[in-house]
Amino acid sequence: MAEPMKVRASVSGDAVEVKCLMNHPMETGLRKDAKTGAVVPAHHITNVTATLNGKPVLDAQWGGGISKNPYLAFKVKGGKAGDKVNVSWVDNKGDKNSADVTVG
Amino acid sequence: MNILRRNVLKGAGAAGAVSVAVAAGLLKPTAAFADWNKAGFDSKDLAGAMGSIGAGSAAASGDIKVDAPDIAENGAVVPVVVTSGIAGTESIAIIGEKNALPLIADFKLMNGAMGYVSTRIKMGSTSNVIAVVKAGGKVYKAHKEVKVTIGGCGG
Repeated sequence: MAEPMKVRASVSGDAVEVKCLMNHPMETGLRKDAKTGAVVPAHHITNVTATLNGKPVLDAQWGGGISKNPYLAFKVKGGKAGDKVNVSWVDNKGDKNSADVTVG
Repeated sequence: MNILRRNVLKGAGAAGAVSVAVAAGLLKPTAAFADWNKAGFDSKDLAGAMGSIGAGSAAASGDIKVDAPDIAENGAVVPVVVTSGIAGTESIAIIGEKNALPLIADFKLMNGAMGYVSTRIKMGSTSNVIAVVKAGGKVYKAHKEVKVTIGGCGG
């Protein structure tokens, strides 16, 4: 199972801003191992989804071009303190992770 | 995401069934997880990447702001913020013009999600970061040049 991820959601103006830090190597499949010269197989997050109070707000597809240990922030209009936010991801090996937070 | 498909994957012994389905051509291997634009993310040229997300003829727009550093010392971590002022923004895609695999991410926004995405990307060399925004059936784009001192894609 993957390392836990950090998600924080806060009210900013009339919107809720959600910030996430995920733990993932994000290998593109193009990098070569410095010692062996062998190509490191692709291992990166492919899909990230987020919901606010159970309603989908973000559905992202990622390639290996997102940096290692990805950072993502997005804003949702109309959210308020106490709302429930869920962020989940799946990678190309079927590994996945999910985190729930309450807007503070 | 297809819930049934998830459950099938979770089930013990389902692996066999899935591989049979793959062999029979019923499921594409990548489709077994969720929708993923394999053709786009595997595309090695800009035209292919843009075409795969329907952005081949995107119009340049001044309402899209691409915030990225002028000079990135480390191409492995380039912070990028895309803000779309276009009403009804449905999706934001981020593309690294000269990356080995140009298509980096495609964010679909719904149910009140604003035209704002902040993340960190890899860049192989000095080039433009292109943001593609879809709104109301139209496609727009904007870009920002980032000078990269040390590339962050492979090597």
